Amino acid sequence: MSKDNKDVLTGHQVVANAMRQVDPDVVAAYPITPQSEIVEYFSQYVADGKVDSEVITVESEHSAMSACVGSAAAGARTMTATASQGLALMMEIVYIAASMRTPIVMTVANRALSGPINIHCDHSDSMAARDSGVIQLYGEDAQEAYEFTLMAQRLAESEDVLLPVMVTLDGFTLTHTAQVAELLPDEAVSEFVGEYDARYPLLDVENPTTQGPFDMPDYYFEHKLQQVEAMENVPARFLQVQEEFNDLSGSNYDGLFETYKLDDADYAVVVLGSTAGTAKVVVDELREKGKKVGLLKPWLFRPFPGEGIKDALVDKEAVGILDRSLSFGSSGPLYLEISSALAEEDRKPRLYNYTYGLGGRDIKEDQIADVFEDLANPDLEDKMRYIGARQ
Amino acid sequence: MKEIRWHGRGGQGAKTASQLLADINLQEGKFVQSFPEYGPERSGAPIRAYNRVSDKKIRVHSGVDEPEVVAVVDPTLLQAASPTEGLSEDGVLLVNTPNSSDEVKDETGFTGKVITIDATKIAEDAGSGYANIPMLGALVAVLGTEYEVAESEVSKALSKKLPEEIVELNLEAFEAGYEKLS
Repeated sequence: MSKDNKDVLTGHQVVANAMRQVDPDVVAAYPITPQSEIVEYFSQYVADGKVDSEVITVESEHSAMSACVGSAAAGARTMTATASQGLALMMEIVYIAASMRTPIVMTVANRALSGPINIHCDHSDSMAARDSGVIQLYGEDAQEAYEFTLMAQRLAESEDVLLPVMVTLDGFTLTHTAQVAELLPDEAVSEFVGEYDARYPLLDVENPTTQGPFDMPDYYFEHKLQQVEAMENVPARFLQVQEEFNDLSGSNYDGLFETYKLDDADYAVVVLGSTAGTAKVVVDELREKGKKVGLLKPWLFRPFPGEGIKDALVDKEAVGILDRSLSFGSSGPLYLEISSALAEEDRKPRLYNYTYGLGGRDIKEDQIADVFEDLANPDLEDKMRYIGARQ
Repeated sequence: MKEIRWHGRGGQGAKTASQLLADINLQEGKFVQSFPEYGPERSGAPIRAYNRVSDKKIRVHSGVDEPEVVAVVDPTLLQAASPTEGLSEDGVLLVNTPNSSDEVKDETGFTGKVITIDATKIAEDAGSGYANIPMLGALVAVLGTEYEVAESEVSKALSKKLPEEIVELNLEAFEAGYEKLS
């Protein structure tokens, strides 16, 4: 089957359509700022009778995620969407969603966290959730965000995973930009995501279960280790879901991260999300000039595919890791992962951490070209660098 | 790849025109992006919107700094919004104004190609009231788009939001804008 429905859609519309096609039982969401238009479009679909989901609008994002946990525990296929401060307010319950093993799929329109107050793109919000126990996927464009939202459903509900999945797409850059997207036919998606059969639904009164109880020092630790195990099962499941999705859509997903002209490259950048697209343009331009440069873009950030990324980068001369968030007092989250993945290697590339694009600061092709120029300089000092910031 | 920048005031439909242009370009078999520049949104405040049009998949996600074409929906923005910023002398400045192109050249100091059209009057005459649609008509004429392709997309998109008689008025204004510059 192939994609037959090419249209000009914003990232919001594309994700809302993915949700419509998944047709979840419940969508619980906070309906106003800092919400994205995803829930607005989805609510319209519900009102127009295009989808049967129950939309529960609540008074805060904290309540939104709480309602999602309750709904998922009851055995309903559950989705939500949020952004920025909304995710920050949800955070307490995001940890609970993961620990209760509720396979909620949520999209996050990546936006900066206050303060100062800012509505624009960076990755501070989802990076703050990286230790929460949710799976995280980062999309480069609306098409990837659409496809990941569909794949996320299968991944979350896999028997040996049962974890929430967060699908992120860059706020404004992708969410508010109308771009060409190809949606799959509704029936194809229906068939791909299948029926959700919850393993221990709370509403199954014949087989009563206790969910979310107090857990003393004698078992809490083991329950956390079960989450570790579930995360360890994600890579294999994700690859399997990709394969099935490729069969359905004609897409070419083949890993936990994407490489672009990386194999014979001496210098590489690692970057998440939409900036990877801009960086590919730069790689093409520099390749035309004979420079051996390439790119690595993690699709999966949690669990982090460190082993594979290590193999892909270990023979490079130098690697620039581009972070769109800060961890004050330390290095950027992506840099730390890459650095940790390569830590045991005797021979490894020089690594540099570039922070860029905070609070929606635009990142240009020539700035990424400058990174590659930096990397070619063996005497480059200052491991921490800031692209385009006044200093 | 061609890059286009729109200048309008909040509420004048520059963003809508930008999105309609993307729909039209898709029908021509192009890859497109259309995005507004967001600040605090207020009715009447200067806003910018952008289009990218390409024969190949568009991967770049940066802002547009050096457009080849600039469309100014509100003539007061010639002063208020520096619409020639980043526009090269090979580019085109399309302005909604009753004034001549020479007058606009004097006003802006831009020495490249200036095209003027009184889109506000066209919209008033047609009874649609919004200058964005005749501006879009003029712009697609400048870009060399086939009229039928453009008209059918505008009709389709507006019909989703507006009653039939209002769509008709807008199509009239669209055609008048197109005719003026084709």
